[in-house]
Amino acid sequence: MADRAPPDAPRIRAAGLTAFYGAFAAVKDVTLGFGANQIHALIGPSGCGKSTFLRTMNRMHEVVGGHVTGQVLLGNEDIYAPGVSRTRLRRRVGMVFQKPTPFPTMSIYQNVAAGLKVGARLPKARVDEIVERALQQAALWNEVKDRLHTSAVALSGGQQQRLCIARTVAPEPEVVLLDEPTASLDPQGTQRIEELLFTLKAAFTIIIVTHNMQQAARVSDTTSFFYLGSLIETGPTKQIFTAPAVEQTEAYITGRFG
Amino acid sequence: MNRLGWRRWKSRVMVGLMMVAVVVAVAPLVMILATLVARGAGSLNLAFFTQIPVPAGETGGGVAHAIVGTLLIVGTAALLGLPIGIGAGIYCAEYPTARLAVVARFVADVMNGTPSIVVGVFAWTLIVDVQKHFSGLAGSAALAMLMVPMVLRTTEEMVRLVPHSLREAALALGYPRWRTSLSVVVRTCLPGIVTGSLLAIARIAGETAPLLFTALGSQFMSRDLDQPMAALPLTVFTYATGPYDDWHRIAWATALVLILVVLVLSLLARLATRQRFGSRG
Repeated sequence: MADRAPPDAPRIRAAGLTAFYGAFAAVKDVTLGFGANQIHALIGPSGCGKSTFLRTMNRMHEVVGGHVTGQVLLGNEDIYAPGVSRTRLRRRVGMVFQKPTPFPTMSIYQNVAAGLKVGARLPKARVDEIVERALQQAALWNEVKDRLHTSAVALSGGQQQRLCIARTVAPEPEVVLLDEPTASLDPQGTQRIEELLFTLKAAFTIIIVTHNMQQAARVSDTTSFFYLGSLIETGPTKQIFTAPAVEQTEAYITGRFG
Repeated sequence: MNRLGWRRWKSRVMVGLMMVAVVVAVAPLVMILATLVARGAGSLNLAFFTQIPVPAGETGGGVAHAIVGTLLIVGTAALLGLPIGIGAGIYCAEYPTARLAVVARFVADVMNGTPSIVVGVFAWTLIVDVQKHFSGLAGSAALAMLMVPMVLRTTEEMVRLVPHSLREAALALGYPRWRTSLSVVVRTCLPGIVTGSLLAIARIAGETAPLLFTALGSQFMSRDLDQPMAALPLTVFTYATGPYDDWHRIAWATALVLILVVLVLSLLARLATRQRFGSRG
């Protein structure tokens, strides 16, 4: 658990962000920045809005019919400004979901290369390189290098999730969002993913939603606690877990509710 | 103890009743197949598949004209009907609440319940009566009209079976919506769509009523879709209602060929489904 100074220039930042499903505000007026090359954990009880908040960062919130008010700034750009392309945005802000979602009709190789298909056309040799690099970054290369062209759904659950991470990092996004990426995995699979997150943060800004407080404590540099749609407290992970400033945070992390 | 015996007895009676129901359901099918084989198989020979009919009274000849006619009419119907049915099905599944999708779904359900002879008369009014002559193409159009609602509904069901999470995964990679639909969603359920399409083709291959008003039938080899054309079901109809014993023999054999064509298509459909589960497991 690295104890870093608060980030001075956030890579991505929400400003006065409120996210709605219809008339219901699932996230209320959140202002929160995420520094580059760090792992940021979002914690809180079920229904606290942390997943919704995560999905506003690459506008996946809108896929399920939600909308927002306020801003999300990627660098200096408001991703909700008129004329912003969602598809281009999502190539810069990638996402890994709770359950592994390999494309069943594609091979391992094709899965990793899937995100490259929508960018500029690349020569085959370059794609080969990127696929290898992405699988290395996802700590899966050694296990699959001899069967790159076999079905992706034959992999174990943990391997499938690492494949999804490789697929997400292959197009080199700036930010990687992870929505409870280990929730459906066994302890061993969970450990592999936690380990690879440390290597990934050298290249990406990582935001991870987790139900598992030990996981937040183990992997993250900063932790933000959400409750009932509001951001209650944010700070360096060590501080949140040892000396939270707000009573509710302490109650949650000590297991008194949630 | 007594109670247990009573329950066992009840269970056995119910299982027995269900078995009777299965036998009653399957028996006619077996009888049809057995009769067809018994009466038709003897007439099957190479000439039956390669020659056209001989004049009444003479023996020999075959139904090559009807086999070619069915292939042409059904093939053209598939070319017309499958793209429309599949395209509309994908639309209805991807935009389930769009007004157009709601209307299309309702119309498809109504059309699925419409007797095929109505579709035949409709095609007659629309094409034959306007062109002033019967044609294979009019037959294809009638069969395509029957096919579209079937294919629409099966395609829609198949597309909806694809987990939402796959769609989200593609969108999160920066896939535009149309591309998500085509290269991830449709690709994933393609075996299901193929199965539905083959079953629909098998269904329309045996349709007779729509062809009576459109393709009309013919005693000669015709490869011109603009002209009246023979088809297996029409040949069965013509020969079975004819006065000669030799014609009845041909009708039996033709019916057997028709059933075999449908059987092969159904088997292909089964195969496509099996491969889908194979690649997933």
